[in-house]
Amino acid sequence: MSDLLLPPEKRYANIINQRRNEDGSELSILNLGPTHPATHGIFQNILLMDGERIVDGEGTVGYIHRAFEKISENRPFYQITVLTDRMNYCSAPINNMGWWMTLEKALGVEVPKRVQYMRVIVMELARIADHIICNSVLGVDTGALTGFLYVFQFREKIYEIYEEICGARLTTNMGRIGGFERDWSPAVWSKLDKFLEEFPPIWTEFENLLTRNRIFMDRTINVGAISADKAISYGFTGPNLRAAGVDYDVRVMQPYSSYEDFDFNIPVGKSGDTYDRFCVRNQEVWESLSIIKQALAKMPEGPYHADVPDYYLPPKEDVYTTMESLIYHFKIVMGEVPVPLTEVYHPVEGGNGELGFYLITDGSRTPYRLHFRRPCFIYYQAFNEMVKGQMLSDAIATLSSLNVIAGELDA
Amino acid sequence: MALETSVIQNKLIENFGLKVSDFVQIHDIFTFEVTPESIVEVMQFLKDDATLRFNFLTDVCGVHYPDYEVNRQFAVVYHMHNWVDNVRIRIKCYLNAENPEIDTVSNLFLSANWQERETYDFYGIIFKGHPQLKRILNMDEMTSFPMRKEFPLEDGGRTDKDDRFFGRTTQNC
Repeated sequence: MSDLLLPPEKRYANIINQRRNEDGSELSILNLGPTHPATHGIFQNILLMDGERIVDGEGTVGYIHRAFEKISENRPFYQITVLTDRMNYCSAPINNMGWWMTLEKALGVEVPKRVQYMRVIVMELARIADHIICNSVLGVDTGALTGFLYVFQFREKIYEIYEEICGARLTTNMGRIGGFERDWSPAVWSKLDKFLEEFPPIWTEFENLLTRNRIFMDRTINVGAISADKAISYGFTGPNLRAAGVDYDVRVMQPYSSYEDFDFNIPVGKSGDTYDRFCVRNQEVWESLSIIKQALAKMPEGPYHADVPDYYLPPKEDVYTTMESLIYHFKIVMGEVPVPLTEVYHPVEGGNGELGFYLITDGSRTPYRLHFRRPCFIYYQAFNEMVKGQMLSDAIATLSSLNVIAGELDA
Repeated sequence: MALETSVIQNKLIENFGLKVSDFVQIHDIFTFEVTPESIVEVMQFLKDDATLRFNFLTDVCGVHYPDYEVNRQFAVVYHMHNWVDNVRIRIKCYLNAENPEIDTVSNLFLSANWQERETYDFYGIIFKGHPQLKRILNMDEMTSFPMRKEFPLEDGGRTDKDDRFFGRTTQNC
C-alpha cells in the first residue's frame, strides 16, 4: 500500500530516522508547500530543520501532471501546440516555435527567412517576459515588491504584442507548420517599436534598484550556489548553468531559426549562486533586446509562411470557392497530412534551459512517441543538495532564482 | 577538428565489438544500439574517452513497441552531447517485454536520477541499482504504467462523447 495513507512520521521514514542531531538536540520537520505562495507553483518540500537551518529535504513533484506525452500520442500534430503552451507558460511562444521547428525538421519543410526572423523576435520577447517574471519575483521573495510591480507592466506590453500577432496572451498557440497564421499587422510593428523604446530605461531602473542593493546582495550572494561540474552532471542548462560559468547556449551551439545571423553575447556568471543567476538573466534581457533590434533592422521581405499546401491551411476565402483548397483544408484540420517515418530531436533555448522535443513518427496522424525534454524537471532535482545547510529563507530565494515552472516540470 | 561519426563508430566497435550495433545517421543525430547489459560501460567510455568526450546527458526516455518481437518491446533512449566538438548522439537499448530491466546510469550522470524515475513511472522499466526508484509524476498508489500503448487515454466506456466521425476510435483515443 502506498505510504500516502500512512501517518506522516512513517511516510517520510528516511528523513524522520535522522531526527536528532549528533549532540542530541532535536530537529523538526517543516512541510513547505504544496501550495505555498513562495514556491511559485505546486511543489511540496518536506524539510528537516535544525532551527532555521535546513539539514535535509525531500521534494515531491507531479501535482499538476497532465499526461501531455500520452495525450500527444492521440492528437494530430497541430493540436499538440496547445499542450506546449501549458508547459513553460511564462514563455509559451518559445515552446510553440520549438514544436513547429521540430515538425518542420521531421517533415523536411524549409521556412522563409522572414518567418525565421519573425520567430526570433517572438522568441526573444518571450525570453524577456520570462526573465522579467523570474528576476522581479526573486525581488519579491527577498522583500522588494516595488520592482516587481514596476516591470510587470512591460510583461503586459509584451502580451499585447502576442495578442496582435495571434490573438492570445498567455497560452499563445502561435504559428503553424511553415510560418505564422497571418502576416503581422502594422499594430505589431508599432507596438514593438514602442516597447523597444520604453522598456530599456525601466529595465535599467530595475537593475539599479537591486543589483547593488546591499540587502539584496546579502540575501543572494553565496546562496544556493552550485559548481560548474555539479551543474553539468545535474543536467543544468540555460541561465542557471551559465551562472555557474559554462557558456552553453543552444542558440550558439546549434543555431536554429537563423540565430547565426545575429551578433550577441552569452553572459556567464562565476559562482553559480542566486546573485549570479539574477545577473545573468538581467544581462540576457539586454542581449535579447539587441537581437530583436537586429532582426527588425535586417527583416527581409517575403511571405509570412512557407509554400507547403500539404501542411499550411489555405486562405479561408479559397476554401469556400475552390475544390482543391477545400480538400486541403479538410485534410489538414482532420490531421491527415503526409508524415514520413522518422525520428528527430530538436532543442531550442527556452526561458530556463534547453527545451528539447524528441519525436518518433510512424507515418500516422499522431506522433508514435513524443518526449519533451523539460529543462526544469531535470535541474530541479539538484534543489535539495543546493539548499542543504542553508537557512529557510535562502531556500525560498534559491527556488525562485532557479526559475522552476511547475507546468513545465510536471508536463 | 570536428568529431567525425566514423571515429565514434570505430572506437566503439574496437572496444565493445558486438555490444554496439546498428549505426545510422538520422537527420542530424548519429544513432546506435547498445545491449542493455553494457550500457553503463559504454556510457562511461563515451564520457571518459579523451577523443569522444560526451560530457552531457541531455535526455533519457522510454519507448514502447508492442508490435516488435518480445526481446525488443521496450526501448530506453539516451541522448548525449559532446560540448567540446558539439556532437550529439542517440543511444538505444531494447529491452525484453516480460522483464524490462537495465542498469542505472545515475552514478555517471546525476541528471539521470529523476529521468529514470520518470521512465519507470510511465513504462515500468526497472533501473537496477537506482538509489530511489519510485514513481515521480504519478501518484504512488497507481498500479499501471500509463505510457504503455495498451493503456487507453480515455475510459473506453464513455458514452457522452462520440468521436467516430472525427477519425478517433476507441482504439486510438
